[in-house]
Amino acid sequence: MHLLYEIFIDPFVQMGAAPDLLVQTLWDGLVSGVLYALIALGFVLIFKASGVFNFAQGIMVVFAALTLVGLYQHGVPAYVALALTIVVMLVLAVGVERLILRPLVDQPEIILFMATFGLTYFLIGLGELIFGGDPKVMIASQLGLPSGSYRITMAHGYVQLQKIDIAAAIIASLMVAGLGILFNRTRIGRALRAVADSHRAALSVGISLEQIWVIVWFAAGVVALATGIMWGARSDVSFALEIIALKALPVLILGGLTSIPGAIVGGLIIGVGEKIGDFYWGPLVGGGIESWFAYVIALVFLLFRPQGLFGERIIERL
Amino acid sequence: MLYREVGQYKTSYAADQALLPILQDRIGIVVILLIAFVGVPLTASDFTLNSVLIPILVFSLAATGLNLLTGYTGLLSLGTGGFMGVGAYACYKLTTYFPQVNIIVLILSSGFFAAAVGIAFGLPSLRIKGFYLAVATLAAQFFLSWCFIRIPWLYNYNISASIEVPTKTLFGLAVTGPTATSVTRYLIVLTIVAVLTLIAANLVRGRTGRTWMAVRDMDLAAELIGIRLYQTKLLSFAVSSFYCGVAGAMLVFLYLGNAEPSSFDINQSFLILFMVIIGGLGSLLGSFLGAALIWGLPILLRHAPAFFGLSIESAKVDQSTFMILGVLIIFFLVVEPQGLARLWQIGKQKLRMWPFPY
Repeated sequence: MHLLYEIFIDPFVQMGAAPDLLVQTLWDGLVSGVLYALIALGFVLIFKASGVFNFAQGIMVVFAALTLVGLYQHGVPAYVALALTIVVMLVLAVGVERLILRPLVDQPEIILFMATFGLTYFLIGLGELIFGGDPKVMIASQLGLPSGSYRITMAHGYVQLQKIDIAAAIIASLMVAGLGILFNRTRIGRALRAVADSHRAALSVGISLEQIWVIVWFAAGVVALATGIMWGARSDVSFALEIIALKALPVLILGGLTSIPGAIVGGLIIGVGEKIGDFYWGPLVGGGIESWFAYVIALVFLLFRPQGLFGERIIERL
Repeated sequence: MLYREVGQYKTSYAADQALLPILQDRIGIVVILLIAFVGVPLTASDFTLNSVLIPILVFSLAATGLNLLTGYTGLLSLGTGGFMGVGAYACYKLTTYFPQVNIIVLILSSGFFAAAVGIAFGLPSLRIKGFYLAVATLAAQFFLSWCFIRIPWLYNYNISASIEVPTKTLFGLAVTGPTATSVTRYLIVLTIVAVLTLIAANLVRGRTGRTWMAVRDMDLAAELIGIRLYQTKLLSFAVSSFYCGVAGAMLVFLYLGNAEPSSFDINQSFLILFMVIIGGLGSLLGSFLGAALIWGLPILLRHAPAFFGLSIESAKVDQSTFMILGVLIIFFLVVEPQGLARLWQIGKQKLRMWPFPY
């Protein structure tokens, strides 16, 4: 009886008693949701165009951030380092297309998924070899990103909003808007959507699959760079970031594997759900449930709507 | 020329349906078993036994379990580490409660606990398919990892959250704990793995294996011809988790000697998945080959510079190992996407024709 009260009534009582804490938790959830959404965006881009679930997206985030910071530490000015990192991501995209995607054309998805595993290990080793394994500080202020926070007093307390988080939200929305324009208004975007629909049909109307794949992996690389900058600005750049990329999976499930707005919405829902769940229901089971709560949310969602909020319906045919 | 079934006539149905119908295969298996049971303990060094052969055998058992689930039934699972952990912790609690029972019985019984957990997390498999099921098993993995830390009863309220293996004896010889020799542990692991592999080989040959493969190939059609999807999938989860649980118990009791909650985290699941994919999905031999490659290669790479007389600092060797492993995974997938077992099959096919080209 008491247990039922603790699960269903008490958390809401707590929410009402301290609304400033609730708003703070909501804001923190939205912030981490934006960052999850950015990672999920990279996954969606590559999955839409090449049908590959790019497990290496997480390590690409870390690698991009490391390259940026590493270049800066060697004396390259901040914006030049940024441009050089973008070039590095382009080289990486070309390399991946040449050495992994082209030889493995037409193989089952699981094989391509495993190939991205190999890519992950390769990038981990390369990153550690070149840049070293110790955590690094992201050059946020040198890139023009704000620091400090706003404090809003409300109810009986106050809510603290970090300026960098607001900047992250703005940059994420700009990126989504940019990608939306790319996909819907340009010729390349049309070609990307065609390739996402069917590789063979796209080939038969003359779209170069190889070029499209390079473009899409490059776009994912740029998204990874932006994600790396944002994540790194909040906490240091280290290889632990790579495991956080696994958090993008529930986001993708929720939003649908092939939908950009789905990645955003899914990210926000998972971020908020995770933080609120951990804060109000976590103490009941001993805390630290952030590691699996997102997956449970995604699992429950899967049982009712397997294709996610915005994904394409899965139709099975005999 | 040497490897053919020409001239070998079967005079009964039982002989025709034997596990190894070709005489050369039977001789080969006997030779391999002799080398494994007799030759290796007599000649191998402690290091080879301890750090190479025992873990390869333990991981091949786990890879066999995952292969049954992913290779034969087509249910991608990323929860292998968690199921192995369930087996390990179950065995530890069983030794705490029944200290006088034979350790091998306990190791095998812990598999049943892992099977129960496997069934619990396999329940979504009827509604969820393919890649999404992998995410459900990922939920299982993270939840089980959380359990291993947050349920102190599992590790007997030890402050460091790790478990230490007590010394157990069998026929008067110590088999677990710090005093057990590597030869005894190797022989026990080898026996358990050999027996369980034989059981798995017969499972996949028989009706169960065929229903699993039917579900893998097209589950809608399988349901139409009368296969009960739910029971088949749950059985697959149960058997696979049993194997993973036994492997986990052996990993802790007969190889590592102790365990922390991080021993069974997501990296372990990925490691076993690598072994299965590189070795070959849907092939028991592939589990062994994959385990040998994925486990043995980093050891080889680590000792290669010393072997060649070069001296590179160990951190750089570790990082290069990661890079080379990544490149090799991609290389093997490009060269033979169906894994090392397929390479072996092609080799056997060529061996049948040898010395003729076709």
